[in-house]
Amino acid sequence: MANPVQARAEVLSRITEGPYHRLVLLAPEAAPRVRPGHFATLACADSGMLLRRPFSIHRADPEAGTVELVVAEHGEGTRELVRTRVGERLDLIAPLGTPFPLPDGPVSALLVAGGYGSAPMFALGEEIRRRGGQIGFILGAATADRLYGVEQARALTQDVLVVTEDGSAGLQGRVTDPLAQAIKAIDASVVHACGPMPMLRAVTTIALGLGARCHTAVEEAMACGVGICMTCVLPVVDADGVSRFVRSCTDGPVFDGARVRWGDIGTVPADLEGATAMGGKD
Amino acid sequence: MDPQDVDLSVQFGPLTLPNPLTTASGCAGYGRELAKFVPLDELGSVTTKTIMPHPRSGLATPRMAETPSGMLNAIGLQGSGIDAFVRHELPWLAERGARVLVSIAGERLEDFTEVASRLNGQPGVIGLELNISCPNVADRGLVFACNPATSYDVVRAVRKVADADLPLYAKLSPDVTSITEIAAACVQAGADGLSMVNTVLGMAIDLDTLRPALAAGTGGLSGPAVRPIAVRCIHQVHAAMLAGRIPPVPIIGMGGVRSGRDALELALAGASQLAVGTALFNDPTAPLRILDELRTELARRGFAKFTDAVGYAHRPTPAERLP
Repeated sequence: MANPVQARAEVLSRITEGPYHRLVLLAPEAAPRVRPGHFATLACADSGMLLRRPFSIHRADPEAGTVELVVAEHGEGTRELVRTRVGERLDLIAPLGTPFPLPDGPVSALLVAGGYGSAPMFALGEEIRRRGGQIGFILGAATADRLYGVEQARALTQDVLVVTEDGSAGLQGRVTDPLAQAIKAIDASVVHACGPMPMLRAVTTIALGLGARCHTAVEEAMACGVGICMTCVLPVVDADGVSRFVRSCTDGPVFDGARVRWGDIGTVPADLEGATAMGGKD
Repeated sequence: MDPQDVDLSVQFGPLTLPNPLTTASGCAGYGRELAKFVPLDELGSVTTKTIMPHPRSGLATPRMAETPSGMLNAIGLQGSGIDAFVRHELPWLAERGARVLVSIAGERLEDFTEVASRLNGQPGVIGLELNISCPNVADRGLVFACNPATSYDVVRAVRKVADADLPLYAKLSPDVTSITEIAAACVQAGADGLSMVNTVLGMAIDLDTLRPALAAGTGGLSGPAVRPIAVRCIHQVHAAMLAGRIPPVPIIGMGGVRSGRDALELALAGASQLAVGTALFNDPTAPLRILDELRTELARRGFAKFTDAVGYAHRPTPAERLP
């Protein structure tokens, strides 16, 4: 897991990008520690909402000492956060979690994201290219305005597919529709994906079916983000072959998709370590 | 008075702890993650997540729902069991100089005694907290702390097998008709102290799915929302001790402590140690901040020693003024 720092981070800028807000935060201690796939949490102001909100880190610049987060308004807490003014400070903890594994050398990688799940993918793409690899993107959303970072993807590669459920941009459908063809087209040996659980499950199935590895960054509800509350667990097959509930915030958010028991999320599978101690009740 | 001159030390069994702060069980894991934010030896003690005899998966997700000034949780005591704890976690905690209060639980008496006897003579262990009040068990009838007789039995059984000089604290539930009766039973059975209070059983319903927000249905409410309940329970039990209805033993207070003022409030009600729980999720460095704030709050009121403030709210107002 990461080596996080907590800081009162000054908001250097807040850029509205469609329905999303990109916050550029000054966090010189945290910035050099960030790798693609790490996440950060922000505390809400003293409003009675105790739980920190997690966000994947869009990018970090060690020289400028900045960490950038993409925030969408979901409820009161995030609404409060996006109202923060430039110059104000936010209680930031970063970096958190286990980042995307990076290849040692050149690979062909397909980066797949739903909505603003794409936020960490551009820094990841840059890193893969720096290692001599090639990348392609599939970016999807329900509607055109919910897409994030299409131009950033196009600045990195020509291989960018856009998919919307209503057909308002790119192909009509879901990211999984053109996935098999895209994996074959760029001969991808690895797929990196970030988005809702059902999407990650479907992406994993297709990627594995074509012999590609699949690294998935999950979006799971969490209370603390640092590994102490045990609320963000998923059933995952460990290296020893035993399935356990593991924390998305420390063991994840990036998991080997092949090890996540996607179909069992929200249940206590009978063969999970310690399931019998629960008296058969879930 | 200079806040730095305030004496925060407290007695815990045979030990003197540098300050009254600990972590609330289940809110700091086994310490490893918190240690990235707080040097564990700077806390008076560290209370572990509850240890049971065998690995336990815990409950299905969703396990958590945010509520006004608090949260509901239904983790279901996920843990890797006493073997892994003794082998991997305790030595690590001891190396860091943590003074460890081990929370233990079981479904049966024998589970409690098994875990307790495994902890005898282990490094770093300064006491046991008997979690007889976790609300997230399949059958509410199994919550020992809902009944004076079952509370008595657990404490009695553990007292027989645990090292004689190892303090035993019984953790009580606020969800009972008379918490003083339960407290009295625990002390009569040999508890050296009481931890008050565990979470309050609650429920939230998701207005999108139109179903309970937690997979388990119900969960334990914690955070500042429950602080008045904690203050009430601590005050009631401390009052019963002053009145001679319960032999006097120290109380570890927990329930919504987020600031030095909150910590002082629980101390005034009668708590001689204070646990920080849900506030850690909001701010993992909270214990250090709360200690600083507590010093300031005590100094401001002329308390040279933290222990002078313990139970102060019980003093008759006309007879005495603030020191």
